[in-house]
Amino acid sequence: MSGHDHDHDHDGRSELGEMDVRVRALESILAAKGYVDPAALDILIDTYQTKVGPRNGARVVARAWVNPDFRAWLLADATGAIASLGYRGRQGEHMVAVENTEARHNVVVCTLCSCYPWPVLGLPPVWYKSAPYRARVVRDPRGVLADFGVTLPASTEIRVWDSTAEVRYLVVPRRPAGTEGLDEDALAALVTRDSMIGTGLARAPGDRA
Amino acid sequence: MSYHSRADLGGRPLESPVTPEPEGDPFHGRWEERTHAITLAMGATGLWNIDMTRAARETLPDYDDLSYYAKWLAGLEKLLRQLELVGADELAAGRALRPGPRLPRVLAAADVAAVLARGAPTERPPAAPARFAVGQAVRTRAEPVPHHTRLPDYARGRRGRIERVLGAHVFADAHAHGQGEQPQWLYTVVLAEDELWGARAERQGLSVAIDAWEPYLEPA
Repeated sequence: MSGHDHDHDHDGRSELGEMDVRVRALESILAAKGYVDPAALDILIDTYQTKVGPRNGARVVARAWVNPDFRAWLLADATGAIASLGYRGRQGEHMVAVENTEARHNVVVCTLCSCYPWPVLGLPPVWYKSAPYRARVVRDPRGVLADFGVTLPASTEIRVWDSTAEVRYLVVPRRPAGTEGLDEDALAALVTRDSMIGTGLARAPGDRA
Repeated sequence: MSYHSRADLGGRPLESPVTPEPEGDPFHGRWEERTHAITLAMGATGLWNIDMTRAARETLPDYDDLSYYAKWLAGLEKLLRQLELVGADELAAGRALRPGPRLPRVLAAADVAAVLARGAPTERPPAAPARFAVGQAVRTRAEPVPHHTRLPDYARGRRGRIERVLGAHVFADAHAHGQGEQPQWLYTVVLAEDELWGARAERQGLSVAIDAWEPYLEPA
């Protein structure tokens, strides 16, 4: 493995051309046999490029920050609470929300493949699927957090959630200080994708995106 | 040992840094978009299930060398060949050489939103009462198994504590091999840092939660 730590995550140009040809060929075979409808493929792609992404999860978190009843619902029945905002389905069928506090910081991984809560976060970034993240975060989470520029107090416990079944985890980051007057939309803008995986923190007001 | 997963990476001695990536388009190139969409569309035909897909990918001989969506594409081609829906000759030729069987279901454009919204829930009515309760001490299965499994290697033979009872769910180990759903109780099991990695000089204040089906567990 050690020779392949980089996991070839950013595909080289030559692979890109070769892969493009191979996928086009497969799609044409499947379409000719009537197994896939290319128009359905276009809609699937558009869904995960423009409709389903981490802004969904940010709205869930912002609602939990401002609404104690919603927060309680989210922590008790995340699938239902999240569905009430319109986010449900594929790779989010069974949701659990875990809340960061001063005492505990949560981080999510799938060491066995790439399980990730699609309805609230979209499709995972390259690093989430990469060998170094999957290998290291269950053993050296503070080292991984350092790669993201995050340092937590030694007194903060770290809980890593390995998504080994069909339950998907959403981290509720801590609400930044100085946000008392902000409305839900402004709060959602502070909630980053990485803060909902646990490799980041929510932005403070005025921090650059 | 005829089955070997190359995807079980937790705890491996890799030291390369993790490279953050900005939010944005989740795809890096058109072929990744199409690979993802074709895989989802073929999954919606019901010819195989998600556990079979994972098994197909994790046993690719060149798993370590493939980028993420290259694994998806190779896994999909493997399933299509196994079911004789697409021939190796057709993949080599890059075009269909014969008509295929009529599939029971094909994902139509008009149905995409509803199919995604429905998803594929895995919780099922339990056949028996749960064997374990919240707070109970358990030990995970120590032996490796010669089939697809979702008990990571680093978590084998470890003592932990039940933190949550998640209901009965489709059992991946059976489902991946065409043996039906065989629902089993699923639990969140918390494993302490020392139990996983020994008494390290620099403790991190770490605990790891895995979701483990009942057959993975024994009372401790």
